[in-house]
Amino acid sequence: MADIVSLADGVGELVRDGDVVALEGFTHLIPHAAGQEIIRQGRKDLTLVRMTPDIVYDQLIGAGCARKLIFSWGGNPGVGSLHRFRDAVQHAWPVPLEIEEHSHAGMANRYVAGASGLPFAVLRGYRGTDLPEHTATIKWITCPFTGEELAAVPAINPDVSIIHAQRADRAGNVQMWGLVGVQKEAVLAAERSLVTVEEVVDELEPVAGQVVLPHWAVTAVAEVPGGAHPSYAQGYSERDNAYYKYWDSIGRDRDTFRTWVRDEVLAGRSATETTGDKEGVR
Amino acid sequence: MTGAASTTAVSGAQPEYTSDEMMSIAAARALENGKRCFVGIGLPSTAANVARRTHAPDLVLIYESGTLGSKPDVLPSSIGDGVLAETADAVIGVPEVFNYWLQPGRIDVGFLGAAQLDRFGNINTTVIGDDYTDPKVRLPGAGGAPEIAASCREVFVVVRQSARSFVDKVDFVTSVGHGSGKGDRERLGLPGAGPTLVITDLGVLRPDPETAELVLTQLHPGVEVEDVRAATGWDLQISPDLTRTEAPTAAELSTLRTLKEASR
Repeated sequence: MADIVSLADGVGELVRDGDVVALEGFTHLIPHAAGQEIIRQGRKDLTLVRMTPDIVYDQLIGAGCARKLIFSWGGNPGVGSLHRFRDAVQHAWPVPLEIEEHSHAGMANRYVAGASGLPFAVLRGYRGTDLPEHTATIKWITCPFTGEELAAVPAINPDVSIIHAQRADRAGNVQMWGLVGVQKEAVLAAERSLVTVEEVVDELEPVAGQVVLPHWAVTAVAEVPGGAHPSYAQGYSERDNAYYKYWDSIGRDRDTFRTWVRDEVLAGRSATETTGDKEGVR
Repeated sequence: MTGAASTTAVSGAQPEYTSDEMMSIAAARALENGKRCFVGIGLPSTAANVARRTHAPDLVLIYESGTLGSKPDVLPSSIGDGVLAETADAVIGVPEVFNYWLQPGRIDVGFLGAAQLDRFGNINTTVIGDDYTDPKVRLPGAGGAPEIAASCREVFVVVRQSARSFVDKVDFVTSVGHGSGKGDRERLGLPGAGPTLVITDLGVLRPDPETAELVLTQLHPGVEVEDVRAATGWDLQISPDLTRTEAPTAAELSTLRTLKEASR
């Protein structure tokens, strides 16, 4: 049975310095509140894994929580650049950021291999591109049946995966629907998992297109209404497109970003939630 | 050109329009009704949604977030807006998008944008500068594009044209067009035909059948060959059969503007 915990306790117990951490959610159901809790608790040296780093990782990277990023598309969707990500790659600010870069197809297959308990995945990808020259986790393999040469990518098995879903019941069974991205794979590939949900309910009513993660496949569930904002939870909220544009003005400048972390993230820390490093953003 | 190009021109004064509007409408016209189209966000998505509302109501829009057959009534701001899932024929996980639908060749047209494009239609969306580890500009990266460019039956690129973005050779090959020339795709084992059409705000380029180098085949109204040459970073060849794009019709413009207005 998955534990029902507070967000602070869930992150405090499951995310450790130096961990490989995946926060997934493909535009929809992005676990923003959990990302900010990681900043509040001052985690560092994380290897962050995510197909689309997005605002959620721009915040973690800018706050200095990450030493490495494994990803496939690092933009602000519909707006432009992720300025904290760019600043880290181009100027090592606030700390150097190692990158391991794939395509979406490669990343999706790495999660599938991780969830499947396999060491690697094969795909018809990367051929002719400059990615294999710079990414050590892309190699070539010959099909033993046809002789076709295919790309091989290693499994991703995060120490902890964090996702946001619409609902869970009191036993910790998780229900999500709409665009479900690679969330199921990310949870099944991970050693530990934390799911933030819009609400914890007595009974999960079936919804068309739902994905259910049974309670025994999830480590902990935290009720965090609006925990995906500015992303959204279908049936609960709309994507806050204006916020994505607004983020461009915050992320663009180091000082503005630092002020944002201080006022919007660290100020959100209550006395009862206090765990870990109080230093916060460096 | 198909579809809306045959729409009767409105009589009287030509409607006013911008070069970006001409680009979106030219790109929309290139999409044939009934085709299955893998749509990138931004310019491709705009054009695909104009096409679905004009000459191509049965165009199948596929977004990499996991929607097959989306029918949005407003322009989505991202590839994962709720309206794409709510109006789709099917909503699927991301591994399925790439493994079951794209990789086996079920998609007719991959519709992509580009930060940098070269004379053989190779696309760079990764880094500007010679040194990957110390880039001048870090761009978002690959996303779905490398496999879209490899596996769709053909690829249309829609991109604003400038000497900065249209280069002799891209700094980084994120997605393969025609490699270093004719025959490269076959040698690399890439199943699709690659970029067959590049639609810009100035005109339309197509690969030369002999060399696979992009040549100018069509000029938008009011644009001259010299304008396009000045906005191209290689010695651009001009097709002997150069044609003129028909100006946007009032109906096309109103469709495009209504869509844009509704998404504000």
